[in-house]
Amino acid sequence: MSEHSSTSASAKSSPLKMYFGIWAALLVGTFVTYKAAFIELGRFNAAVALGIATIKATLVALFFMHVWQASEKLTKLVVIAAVFFLLLLLGLTMSDYATRLWS
Amino acid sequence: MPDSTMVGLHREEEHHPELLHHFAEAQQQRDAASLGMWVFLATEVMFFGGLFCAYLVYRRWYFGDFAAASKSIDATLGATNTAVLICSSLTVVLAVWAAQTARRTLLIAMLGITMILGLAFLGIKGVEYKDKFEEHHVPGASFRFENVPIPGHPGQFANPRHAQIFFSLYFVMTGLHALHMIIGLGIFLWLLIMAWKGRFTPEWHTPVEIGGLYWHFVDIVWIYLFPLLYLIDRHP
Repeated sequence: MSEHSSTSASAKSSPLKMYFGIWAALLVGTFVTYKAAFIELGRFNAAVALGIATIKATLVALFFMHVWQASEKLTKLVVIAAVFFLLLLLGLTMSDYATRLWS
Repeated sequence: MPDSTMVGLHREEEHHPELLHHFAEAQQQRDAASLGMWVFLATEVMFFGGLFCAYLVYRRWYFGDFAAASKSIDATLGATNTAVLICSSLTVVLAVWAAQTARRTLLIAMLGITMILGLAFLGIKGVEYKDKFEEHHVPGASFRFENVPIPGHPGQFANPRHAQIFFSLYFVMTGLHALHMIIGLGIFLWLLIMAWKGRFTPEWHTPVEIGGLYWHFVDIVWIYLFPLLYLIDRHP
């Protein structure tokens, strides 16, 4: 019972600092993505853009959507399953298109 | 500890009016609602995933044409919209926190600001679409994309047919995203009315939490759409 009652506000330390920190990190990430796009990095332009996007998406899911702490194991399983099947879709499709000769 | 029938009676009489009878306790009901939302979001990942997959295949095939088409979109508008959505995600977590800590005024304010930011996003999107219509970049009979240079390849011009595929994907992906935003605004209007009536308490504010999950998901989709559609090959 004690872990359930901890959802009441007084038992928890205020998460506000963390929320504003994540918000600032997301804005910095957006700014860096925007600026980096105008610099010649060759094939790394796409890698930088998608890398930062993935970090931002992970921050939103873990801390704004509370996957990190509050959620149940079952919720985490659903999140991991969604990402896994998305990577399966993109990975298998692109491995085909990237290795086949289309004439 | 009292015996189980006593606990049962106690719950029958005193449980929160929003606690449904098939749940043992409020926490279980909250977890079930949250899990249901996450399963829905998993289907949304696959829904948008198909479009991202189509995008990646065509981007590989027609990279130069996609880069030229991407360059015609105003990246500053896209970046501004990304910042707007990130700020709205902050106001959503603050709204959930306000509901948890019984701050009704703050909850109403945060839900209201979230809606204003959502409307601002759609307004900026509208400006962007208007530009595309005026430039004849909307796929269809009046589509024009002649003599547009491919970035990094002087003297080469984009194939209009391939550029049209980019704009089809651009309008479908941003359009579906905008539809999600409009649905989100509807959800948040309902949350705002409920909050105004004082329906949410620290014990029961599940709609704020799972409405928030939906809003954050729509934000995540945009976090990927922005670099993929606006920033393919921008450097001079």
